[in-house]
Amino acid sequence: MTRPTPETLAHSARRARTTTGPASDADHTPAPRGAAAATPAVRQPAPAQVSGAGSLVRSLEALGVDVVFGIPGGAILPAYDPLYDSTVRHILVRHEQGAGHAATGYAQATGRVGVCIATSGPGATNLVTPIADAYMDSVPIVAITGQVARPSIGTDAFQEADIQGITLPITKHNFLVQNPEEIPQVLAEAFHLASTGRPGPVLVDIPKDVLQAPTTFSWPPTLDLPGYRPTLHPHGKQIREAARLMSTARRPVLYVGGGVLKAGATDGLRKLAELTGIPVVTTLMALGAFPDSHRQHLGMPGMHGTVAAVYGLQKADLIVALGARFDDRVTGKLDSFAPDAAVVHADIDPAEIGKNRHADVPIVGDAKYVIDELITAVTAERNAGQRADLGDWWTQLDDLRERYPLGYEEPADGTLSPQYVIKRLGEIAGPDAVYVAGVGQHQMWASQFISYEKPGTWLNSGGLGTMGYAVPAAMGAKVGRPDTVVWAVDGDGCFQMTNQELATCALEGIPVKVAVINNGNLGMVRQWQTLFYGERYSNTELGTHKHRIPDFVKLAEALGCVGLRCETVEDVDKTIEAAMAITDAPVVIDFVVGKDAMVWPMVAAGTSNDEIMFARGVRPAFDEDEI
Amino acid sequence: MTLHTLSVLVENKPGVLARVSGLFSRRGFNIDSLAVGETENPDVSRITIVVNAESSPLEQVTKQLNKLVNVLKIVELDPQVSVARELLLIKVRADRNARAQVLETVNLFRARVVDVAPDTLTIEATGTPDKLDALLRDLEPLGIKEMVQSGTVAIGRGSRSITAGPALRAA
Repeated sequence: MTRPTPETLAHSARRARTTTGPASDADHTPAPRGAAAATPAVRQPAPAQVSGAGSLVRSLEALGVDVVFGIPGGAILPAYDPLYDSTVRHILVRHEQGAGHAATGYAQATGRVGVCIATSGPGATNLVTPIADAYMDSVPIVAITGQVARPSIGTDAFQEADIQGITLPITKHNFLVQNPEEIPQVLAEAFHLASTGRPGPVLVDIPKDVLQAPTTFSWPPTLDLPGYRPTLHPHGKQIREAARLMSTARRPVLYVGGGVLKAGATDGLRKLAELTGIPVVTTLMALGAFPDSHRQHLGMPGMHGTVAAVYGLQKADLIVALGARFDDRVTGKLDSFAPDAAVVHADIDPAEIGKNRHADVPIVGDAKYVIDELITAVTAERNAGQRADLGDWWTQLDDLRERYPLGYEEPADGTLSPQYVIKRLGEIAGPDAVYVAGVGQHQMWASQFISYEKPGTWLNSGGLGTMGYAVPAAMGAKVGRPDTVVWAVDGDGCFQMTNQELATCALEGIPVKVAVINNGNLGMVRQWQTLFYGERYSNTELGTHKHRIPDFVKLAEALGCVGLRCETVEDVDKTIEAAMAITDAPVVIDFVVGKDAMVWPMVAAGTSNDEIMFARGVRPAFDEDEI
Repeated sequence: MTLHTLSVLVENKPGVLARVSGLFSRRGFNIDSLAVGETENPDVSRITIVVNAESSPLEQVTKQLNKLVNVLKIVELDPQVSVARELLLIKVRADRNARAQVLETVNLFRARVVDVAPDTLTIEATGTPDKLDALLRDLEPLGIKEMVQSGTVAIGRGSRSITAGPALRAA
């Protein structure tokens, strides 16, 4: 079998390092996802006598790591000594959760592996949330944790936690290093596992005495992963069958997921879409994979998707899923999802295929190769005269787009509309900025009312739905792409979970911008209380309006940022422009918005996509005769 | 629901059993029986798992197992063309009056007595789960003081070997 060598990894990790400027596929360069042929070594340090900690830091250097996010503590302390002299930049965060999300934001914005470091026990357990988050969204991060010394393991020693056991279900793989000689190999394997196949988080737990022990560092190590063989190239027969269906279906839809972004397959996707004329929907994880402004883009499907995208999938006779996983937020009630559709399901993870929805044509492979081969196969079908007329399909979809566009009503009480704020932010900051959302109403509005034209411009916590993701992830994104404007779009609830990382941003020179969409409430929960709990607002009011606690402007200033406030429609543009003009410090804008705005359209949890509500009490007419 | 026997070849490393068994419970599967041991290659362990599941969820759990980095190969053994055995050790009340009857049962089932005490006999039996169930049924009226049972181990019939193959040699 072919064993990938770490030089390949170092090479890919370094490839996009110096890129700046507008986001594009070149900027957002996912690592190659498989055992590609070895490329010449980038760095090949001579064997040296070092400590385990020295071996760790030299391994990171050899892997091309430019930045790590972390906090030192007892068990990991030996690693911080060689790190002091290293070319690897260490960013001292304020909470380990921030380190984890920063690594994720860095990875999502650049396509490279993000790295976070924590000590044993509470340091490690504070990484659990971001690791679970990265696992759900398939983000390549490597978490390095200190562990108590080997003789103390299992004795309930001070700051001991079995982080390997704790993270078993939320990592792609994890390691407990037993011997200092293993360190280079384990690190190289961790980076390889994190960044290839279906990407994901990998944890490396290193006992303190292993870090302290003398060892020999030599590079490159040989990877020994006999049970890890991701399938990258799709099966030709399945591709031909998919192409045949794509050329004959009358109501086909391309259902695009985050895998397309991770594979760096967005150029190919556009070619495939334009070649076939098939409508495209992009999931929450795939925004930016296909330009929002493109005529064939129906928008986002799912619980808060556009009517046209939800309807398109629901009434399709063929769904071509590319790097998507039929998540419950997309399918709604599974039994009634797209009842008439044949399914072509392409994913790099075979376990996703047929997990939720039966696949008529299963394709295992990297989205880039899948799409490239589909283009060839569909072209062959066309040359043989096979092409379906999608005219009627487009007529229906265009009609729906026209009748049910994304929109919102201005609040009747004269308060500032959150959707308007987010829409203007997107228009002023433009399609080259990176937008990083928290979780809740503001996230959905940011997905709906900002136009994503390029890959790597939309970051969010999709699968786990981690409130508090935005600020630290924006910090990581800004570190990875320092010349890009990075906006965190956060809620007042989310912001209060992780805003301490703004101190990190202020001190480390990471000028992110934060738009706090402050409606004084846990807005999405409140929306559910409005709709499903008889307007009984149990524990969703945060007091950021009524008591102005905390005062976000003062808080921002206390954290070393510029704090701005905007409460009226007239001030929206100039406040955003003022924030855009500040490039040497982090900026927080407290947008005080109305609390009653709701996210529409909506498919209520557990109901069928057929029951999508365009607005409260308004159901689109999907008559059978419309089909 | 049907019983399925999976032979899972894994790297012989610490924690691998926890990864495999944890995955079953996490995905909502009950393991009927489980047995682990080294193979002819000391770097490779073989886990035999009997699981009660419909075939479609079983396919999902097999795919999830395949994703574990330490899992080398998974084969479902067809009961028609494989041999499955369990080991049973059982301590039966056998005073002077009952002893003859116990020994007769032991002989009928081709089991063996491995320990003798004044009022008990300890019996070792191997066989298919069905055979061992039958043995237990016969011994139960005599008074079972203690018993312990292994998980099923199973191997395919014929000359083909599931442990041959490039991945396993590399391990």
